[in-house]
Parts: sequence; structure tokens; C-alpha cells
Amino acid sequence: MGIIKAVNLIFDYIRHDEEENKDEINHALRGVTLDIKEGSFVAILGHNGSGKSTFAKLMNGLLLPSDGTVYISNMKTDDEEHLWDVRKTAGMVFQNPDNQIIGNIVEEDVGFGPENIGTPTEEIWERVDQSLEAVGMTAYRLQSPNKLSGGQKQRVAIAGVMAMRPQCIVLDEPTAMLDPNGRREVIKTIHELNRQERITVLLITHYMEEVIDADRVVVMDDGHVVMDGAPKEIFSRVSELKQYSLDVPQVTELAYELKQAGMELPDGILSIDELADRLAAHKGLL
Amino acid sequence: MAIKVEHLNHIYGQDTIFEQYALKDVSLTIGDGEFVGLIGHTGSGKSTLTQHLNGLLKASSGDILYNGTSIYSEGYSLKELRSHVGLVFQYPEHQLFEVDVFSDVCFGPKNLGLEKEEIERRAREALQLTGLDESFYKQSPFELSGGQKRRVAIAGVLAMQPEVLILDEPTAGLDPRGREEILGLVARLHEEQGMTVILVSHSMEDVARYVSRLIVMNHGEKALDGTPKEVFRHYKELEAMGLAAPQITYVVQALRERGIPIDQDITTVAEARDAILAMWKR
Amino acid sequence: MLRDITLGQYYPVDSFLHRLDPRTKLFGTLVYIISLFIADHIWAYAAAVLFLAAAIVLSRVPVKFMVRGLKAIVFLLLISVSFNLFLTPGRAIFKIGFLQMTWEGVEIAVFMAVRLIFLVMGSTILTLTTTPNQLTDGLEKSLGIFKKIGAPVHEVSMMMSIALRFIPILIEETDKIMKAQMARGADFESGNLIQKAKAMIPLLVPLFISAFRRATDLAMAMEARCYRGGEGRTKMKPLCYERRDHLTYLFYLFYVIAVLSVKIVL
Repeated sequence: MGIIKAVNLIFDYIRHDEEENKDEINHALRGVTLDIKEGSFVAILGHNGSGKSTFAKLMNGLLLPSDGTVYISNMKTDDEEHLWDVRKTAGMVFQNPDNQIIGNIVEEDVGFGPENIGTPTEEIWERVDQSLEAVGMTAYRLQSPNKLSGGQKQRVAIAGVMAMRPQCIVLDEPTAMLDPNGRREVIKTIHELNRQERITVLLITHYMEEVIDADRVVVMDDGHVVMDGAPKEIFSRVSELKQYSLDVPQVTELAYELKQAGMELPDGILSIDELADRLAAHKGLL
Repeated sequence: MAIKVEHLNHIYGQDTIFEQYALKDVSLTIGDGEFVGLIGHTGSGKSTLTQHLNGLLKASSGDILYNGTSIYSEGYSLKELRSHVGLVFQYPEHQLFEVDVFSDVCFGPKNLGLEKEEIERRAREALQLTGLDESFYKQSPFELSGGQKRRVAIAGVLAMQPEVLILDEPTAGLDPRGREEILGLVARLHEEQGMTVILVSHSMEDVARYVSRLIVMNHGEKALDGTPKEVFRHYKELEAMGLAAPQITYVVQALRERGIPIDQDITTVAEARDAILAMWKR
Repeated sequence: MLRDITLGQYYPVDSFLHRLDPRTKLFGTLVYIISLFIADHIWAYAAAVLFLAAAIVLSRVPVKFMVRGLKAIVFLLLISVSFNLFLTPGRAIFKIGFLQMTWEGVEIAVFMAVRLIFLVMGSTILTLTTTPNQLTDGLEKSLGIFKKIGAPVHEVSMMMSIALRFIPILIEETDKIMKAQMARGADFESGNLIQKAKAMIPLLVPLFISAFRRATDLAMAMEARCYRGGEGRTKMKPLCYERRDHLTYLFYLFYVIAVLSVKIVL
């Protein structure tokens, strides 16, 4: 069993009317089963309202399942006894960089999590130093978060999670409010953590460019998992992706359209050089 | 000639050690009916520039002419200017405040001091232009989806019947479907209403498909100005500014490096496909 | 720019005063303020001058920064001085109509002015040498005894610290909302009081909604990072007294003795 395991997960948002009766039920997740291997980089894709953010919040007990179970490192998230261990094990980074930084100074914010779980002072400093180093923000440790760019703020937020020494990080659309520079910065940082610190990463996003280097891509739509596989595999199914209101990178789209027109090209081309090489070697083109 | 900007400077903290140019000697002309993309990374001055165009910020020096008259001349009504040059900000949440969509859209024309009937006529027209039918009129603007909120925000500015429409990052935070919806709407307003549109963005791929002219800002200065094809030829400079040309530009470049004679000005997937297929069939 | 506004006016240099424990500084400020109010003799004021001078020297903050703090109270100062000058009964210096300036008035006015100036300068030194965080930490720890009677000391100081972080963000957001509404022809300046108050609605509604959304987000982020109140929490930067703090408390003791003996003896 992997580090994260969701079994037949169902989640309903229930709105109550004034008399506390059930007014409106919104099925956000309709039975999701997923098993995520330790140390892997998994991307979850889906348009707004596909249930992907709800799924993220179920991963560390911020929401509890209506039905089904989530196991984090063999602990059930709805087991009250393990709640804080679950949150320590599965750290979470949110979309809005401003609304998740608590400290008035970068290093103090990174120390917030360890303070909460009662880490001794000396060890807090050790963890803060290491976490800031891991996300490349050591130079900014004494700054006010308000003076940082969006990408830098998200890196501070990631450092704040890292300081809890989690086994996996769940990132809920961490780049949605960033500009292209900030987006690159954050994605690069997450990949480094995955490779160097062996942290399991669950990246939730709707930007296709960000998932190309993932080990595994899961596509969600209307509360279901509708596609699941390696990026190459997923990206070869262009028309299916479009049906779920997702974009594909331009290079993949071009390769797909050329193939549709009859050229001999492999499925799921993701890089510019790969396409260029294939075309240069293609007969009848030069 | 709709808007003419002459040697515009905007300096924060003038005469202090914190002195910083937000805009530096910017000159440009935007003609009637143009569809312009204004590109630059965060802090490049693109948003500062747009806020000058409707008088929300005042330049440290330089001049802005709207239809030939300086907006800094004495007695010039900035309030009136703002109804001609409509500016929709990045987050619709900053703008929506009324209990229902319809009253919110009425806010702009109401501020112009129009008759009640005219206000409502304009609101209805604006909502129709943005594709929101009557079922939305009585809904709370806060319970709509991201894309719908943005439509209401755009309608709120359209109801003032501006001649120029400026949109600051209208697609930020939207998913691909929402992005497509809003950009399509803006393109339609330009085509069907003949409106002058300035689209502020940091996404080249979004903008390249729609606009006929790109202005690139960098460090408060106008760095590049031309058709998308002209601008994307400078893709190396764009990278140095923290921007990037659409991915297709790089595909074309990689093909040319490998000896495939494809036109270097291609910027969209459809163009690239057609060009490659034409070569292949031959 | 608006983001650069810092609350208080911390002046970042490394000095004896900057390194002092915030509790020591808070207590010192309290002692100093009380001493100003019980002092009624020239020698007591001389001691206060000494105290202030020592603080200024040890803070390594340019004096002009402290004087800047006085600008805010110039008006208050003028009013209190003129009231005391003219409305104190006693031996007249001169008389214009019903206004008469008295020797006693001059004396009280001078004392009042000195008191006010010293008061403001004293508290300015506190904010110049102590970051808002240290202040909240110092308050939390100093007021720790009230925890025993169930006062939510930790919660209040956490709230203060979060407020400090979000005030600049909300100020900037207010500016953006204002511009967004002005772009729709809203007018925040003209009109009478009622019209102006009404014009604030388009500003306040989005601001409140945003503040609530931020609060919800922040609560969730704090929960995700295992925040569950003050219990069982450790500190990254725990406050502990060092030799310089003990020395400072000794200095306070001498100061208090000096001021009190002036009061009793003279």
C-alpha cells in the first residue's frame, strides 16, 4: 500500500436552508480510488469544479469523507487520535500565497508549524535553516513576507510545510495566482524537493505544462477519476482531454494534428526537440 | 486617434532615496478600433500605464491626449474620461458589491447621472453583450463562478458605454475553459462593437491569437511595439525580460535549425500545421 | 508604496537597546511614564532627562527620528500650553482683556510641555527599537500571569500578530478596490457627510468580503500546519533575560529611588 490511499472516496457539500434542513447537495467526489506510491510525483488535473481541490483537502483531514476512507501512511484521516500525525505527514500548500503566511518575518513563518507540534527551540532553528535552504529562500529569511514576489511567497509556504518534516506535500493549485516567472520558480522547487528529499508530491493544477515531468497524471472530471497514466500516455489522448476542458501544450497539439492529417508520428510528443527531430527524420518532408 | 501618450514618466517616492521609475519616457499612440495586447512581467509598469490612461494615476511628467485634448488640461473632467475609457481590473471581487447582478451593473451608469430608464436599458444591453441572460439578473454576484463574475465585472464597465475598453489580466486564475470564454467575449466586443480594446496580460499564448498589435513593457519602458509576428521575432529578448514567445515559435525555430525551411513568422498551431502539411504534400 | 508602510516605526540597527528583551523595554517605558506623572520638581525632571538621554544614546537611532514623532502632537502641545498659560490663576505678568498670563501658568505650561514631549519621545524609543513581533511576544509573556485566571492572553497576542501582518495587505487592497470603483465613476471625495458615507458602501462591501475570505483561508492554513491554540506550543524565539536586562532593571531601580527621594525630600 502506498503512502496515500483513497478508497471509494465520496464527498458531498451540503447546504442548509434557514430551518437547518438539507437544502442543496453538491456531489464533489463520487467514488475516487487512488493509491499513490511513496516518493512519486503525481499531478491531478481537472477544470474548476471537477472535485480536485476537494480531493486535496481530504488528504490531510481538513475535510473528512462523507463515505469511503483516506489512509495517509496507514493512518485513517477520520481517526481523531491520528489527526495531528496525519497533518504532520501530509503537508499542504494552498493557492493564495498571501492567505497562508502567518508570520511577519519569513523565518518566523517557517517556524510556525514546528512551534505548533512542540518541537524544541534548537531543533526548530535547525529545521527552519534546512527548509529555507531547500527552497532557496535563505537570503530572504529576515524579510517581511509582504515584500516578496508571489513565487517567493509560495516558496516560503513550501518551506513552512517542509519544516514539519512531512513525507508528502499536497499542493492545491499553488501557481494559479502567479505570473509565468513565479510559476516556473515554484514548479522547479517542487521537483527538486521530490528528487533530493524524496518527498512524495501531489500537485493539483490546471496548467498542462506543469505536469509534463510528473511520474503520473490523474485527470478528474465531475468527481470521478477519468484518466490515469504516465504523462506521455495521457497527452496522446488530445481529443479526450479537450472534452474535459483541458488544454494541451502547443507542441503536443501540433504533433497530434499532424498525425491526424496522416503523418507518421508517435503518440504523446511532449518536447519541442522530440517533435523537431521526428519531423526532420520524417520522409517526404525535406 | 483615440489615445496619445507623450513622454510619460511616473516616479514613486520622488526626491527620496526610494525614488523609483514606474514608467520611464513612454510614448505611444493607440488608434480607434485597435485591438492591442499590453505584455510585461509583474512590476514592468503595464498596470501603472493603464491606470494613467483613465486618469486614476497622475503622471510625474509627460502628457496624455484623449481625442486630441490633454487629460491634464485645466477643467478636464476625469470622471467623464473614465466613462469613455473603461477599465476592468484583475479581480472582479474588487468591484462587485450589490445584492444582485443587475443592480451591480447599474452602478456605473448611475454614477453618470442618467435617467433610470436609460440606466436600466444600458445595464440590460451590457449584460446581453457579455452573454448573461435574464436568469442571472437577480442572482447574487458572489455566488457565481469565476468566469461569470468576470462577465458581470466587464458588463459593469460596458454599461457606461466606453469607447475604449482596457482589461487588466482578465483571465488570471481561470481554468482553460474560463479563459477561452472571456477571451472570446473580448474578441467579439472588438469585432462586433468596433470597440478599441487594450488587453493587459503576461500570457503570450493567450494574447497572440487575438490581438493585432503587441506592446511589451519592461522596467517601466516600452521595449517592443509591433504586430505579434514582429514582436515574437525578438523571442530571445523576450526571454531576457522574463517573458516567452508562444511555444510554437520555438518549434519553428527548432525545425529551421534542422534545415526544414518553415516560415519563421508562424505563431499559431494552425499556421504551423498548414505550413508543415504543405511542405509534406509537396 | 503602500506595501512599505510599517506599523510603529522600527529603525533597524543593532544596539544595546535593540537587543534588550522586549519585556525589559516595556517595563522601562511603564516606569518612565509613571515617573513623569509623579515628578513635580525640577530635579525629578533632571533625572528623567538623564534617563531619556541614556536611552537615546544606547538606541543608536538618530535623534531626528524621535523628533519626527513629536510632529504629530504639535497641535496638542500648543493647546495644552496656551490653556495653562492663560487659565491658571495667580500673579499676573500681563493682561489682555479677560486673558491674563501668570507666573504660575508659565511654570505649569512648561512642566506640561516637558511632560508631553518626554512621554512621546519615551514611547517612540520603544517602537523604534522593538519590532511589532517582539512587542506582542513581550506582552504575551509579561501578561502570562493572567492566563491563570483564564484570560486568553495567547489568543489575543496571536490576533495582534496576524493583524500586523494583514493590515498592509488590506490597505493595498482598499486602494485597488477604490480604483476599481472610481473606474466605474464612483466619487469618494465630493458631497456632504451622508453622501460620503453612502459612497463608502461600494468600497466596504468588497473589502469585508475579501477580509472574511482571507480569514477563512488563513484559518485553514493554520489548521493544516497543526495549530491548535497555545497549549503545548514551543517557541522559536523564546524570551529570556540576559545580563544586560538585569543591569537595566538595576538601573530602573536607581532611577525610581532617585525620583521618589526627590518627591519625598524636596
